[in-house]
Amino acid sequence: MEVLVYLIPASLFLGGLGLAAFIWTLKNRQYDDPEGDAWRILSDEYDDAPPEG
Amino acid sequence: MTAEPRPSLAACPACAAAPAAEELAAPERAAAAGGAEIVLSLPEIHCAACITGVEKILRATPGVRSARVNLTLKRATVTAGPEVEASALAERLTRAGFRAHELDAGMISAAGSDRAGRDLLMRLGVAGFAMMNVMLLSVAVWSGATDATRDLFHWISAAIALPTVAFSAQPFFRNALAALSARRLNMDVPISLAILLAAGMSLYETSQHGEHAYFDAALSLTFFLLAGRYLDQRTRSVARSAAQELAALEVPRALRIEADGSERLTPVAELNFGDLVRVPPGARVPVDGVIEDGESELDRSALTGESLPVFAGAGAAVSAGEVNLTGPLAVRVTAAGRETKLGRLADLVAMAETARNRYTSLADRAAAIYAPAVHLLALAAFAGWFWASGDARLSLNIAVATLIITCPCALGLAVPAVTTAASGRLYRRGVLIKSATALERLAEVDTVVFDKTGTLTEGRPEPVNLGDFSRRELEIALALAEGSAHPLARALAQAIRAARIRPAHVSGLKERPGHGVEGVWAGQRVRLGRAAWVGAGEANGTATWLAIGSETPRAFRFVDGLREGAPEAVAGLRAQGLRVLLISGDSRAAVEATAQRAGIREWHAEAMPEDKIALLAALAGEGRRVLMVGDGLNDTGALAAAHVSISPASALDAARTVSDMVLTARSLAVLPEIAATARAARRRVLENFAIAALYNMISIPLALAGLASPLAAALAMSGSSIMVTVNALRVR
Repeated sequence: MEVLVYLIPASLFLGGLGLAAFIWTLKNRQYDDPEGDAWRILSDEYDDAPPEG
Repeated sequence: MTAEPRPSLAACPACAAAPAAEELAAPERAAAAGGAEIVLSLPEIHCAACITGVEKILRATPGVRSARVNLTLKRATVTAGPEVEASALAERLTRAGFRAHELDAGMISAAGSDRAGRDLLMRLGVAGFAMMNVMLLSVAVWSGATDATRDLFHWISAAIALPTVAFSAQPFFRNALAALSARRLNMDVPISLAILLAAGMSLYETSQHGEHAYFDAALSLTFFLLAGRYLDQRTRSVARSAAQELAALEVPRALRIEADGSERLTPVAELNFGDLVRVPPGARVPVDGVIEDGESELDRSALTGESLPVFAGAGAAVSAGEVNLTGPLAVRVTAAGRETKLGRLADLVAMAETARNRYTSLADRAAAIYAPAVHLLALAAFAGWFWASGDARLSLNIAVATLIITCPCALGLAVPAVTTAASGRLYRRGVLIKSATALERLAEVDTVVFDKTGTLTEGRPEPVNLGDFSRRELEIALALAEGSAHPLARALAQAIRAARIRPAHVSGLKERPGHGVEGVWAGQRVRLGRAAWVGAGEANGTATWLAIGSETPRAFRFVDGLREGAPEAVAGLRAQGLRVLLISGDSRAAVEATAQRAGIREWHAEAMPEDKIALLAALAGEGRRVLMVGDGLNDTGALAAAHVSISPASALDAARTVSDMVLTARSLAVLPEIAATARAARRRVLENFAIAALYNMISIPLALAGLASPLAAALAMSGSSIMVTVNALRVR
């Protein structure tokens, strides 16, 4: 059962990573326009990308 | 907000190079940096090409710093320098084929409801993360971990669960506290109690090396209930933002004539008694007053329901809300803002509204039965077991298990899940639901009362006797009618054009505001206008007269065209067994004609706003629950007094504000479907309550017998929540 010493922190860390990612998307306002984002992916133009050049 | 330059921004060239992200994250800061935020409504965009098209046009406009389209809200947010005019942007887009309107940014408080939604989503995410982890640890315990391992797992669960409960369940605690301090019981009281007791007792059990801990139950309770709360919030914020958008389309301003004769656009709130304002043709009169100069015709239909425009010259009194049709007027202000006739109508509304506030929603009624029952049951379990065994710890355990297993989860999801599904369906049909309990109230309706002008009818006249005129007369009438912006003239011109007739050559066209249009045709004077002006007698109903030289003037008669889908709506509602009435402030003849064409047998004409409220009160006195459909200012009192109310999107701001639902679809034909959906939604809610009750009937005896393990609680909770949600989806 000693293996739990590694496994539990590891699983919590990975779960926490997921939570952090979720909070990041939330702060980034990625849930404001779900419909628009679904269409934007089809657009040929870069948007929200760093300016080219 | 001050326009202070922000040194941190200026010091960082990378920020200046990529301002879009920065401004998206903080619009307030963008405004502070000297830019203005412009919000445009784009009601017709629907695809990827629309998004890029609109953004490209906006970004190509000089002065625009960033532009972002939100397809969900059908809106574009633009950050631009002070030199950019919102109306110019809207015009540019409209010309490119994307219909756009300027929105009053102050009215759109999207930031507020957005923040509340994000806040709930954050709490939901944290609760979901914690629930999953604790669930995993619990599975180990359920499958037989013992002694030190079990204790370790329980302690880790506690370390995850307690901070999560403290953070995620805050909305419930706050509501419960508010209810308790007002000496009421609502759904949040048993919810908060269950969460707190489950967490507290589990902590105590863990410290005593106990076998059962309910950390997972406390968390799944929080998670499922937050999900219900979030759905609720989202549905309402979509409807609210759309309703706000309608309101923001009207910016209350007036053209004040200054002492030096110049005209300045002034907010209505800043006008004073004795000011002079200019009302251009086509505009709504912003104040109560007396005409100082000019002649015109006024459309009073919004205030009184009369479909016939009235003549107004110097010395005539005008009221806020009337529409000036033909000539420019200068009006001396006698009352502005709340003291106007229009403002006094608002007081009628406030009085009528108190009646509606007495309605208790289904959820509240369920809570009123559920909350005391659950608390008494838990208390009885504790007392019974303590009396039988004398073991306080065991008794408390069983009492808490009872409290958890009675599943406020399913009850908490029962209403929001159905409301979300139903309002999503109605939103696609063009109906916005503004009030949380509107659907429930609509389901109880047995009588429908329609207003006439602007609701059953388009408020747009149609000529009916074109066939009586010769081609030559029609050609002259068309030439004259095209010289005026009067609604009768426009309707006439449109109808004649539709018959493929081209205008005659009429020279010297001149509009005489308030009277009509005149010109010269083949050496004779020709006139189109009011009866008295062309030298004819009065005719019944709405008419405009054509006089050619010295021939006897002849009348074009008009009827108010029925709104699309009106007869179907009436027939559909009657087929559902509802009683349909028509009440209007218009003349008997006009109301009777409309009632006949729409298929309504009961009608009341020449009703003042007070009469409408009295009729609704009388119907309510008979025990009837009334749906009021209306659009005018004279309907606002009646809309507020009715059990539930709907107004078309073309209605005036004041009418939309008091209505529970707004119909954005042009056709009335959806009304029977709305009523049917509301009844279906109510049926699903009741079914959901039944499902929750069934679960309780099975699980409560188990809990009281002391057989409810944390595993049973977890199963009951998830099972009933999923059942309730799936049942709700059937409304879609």
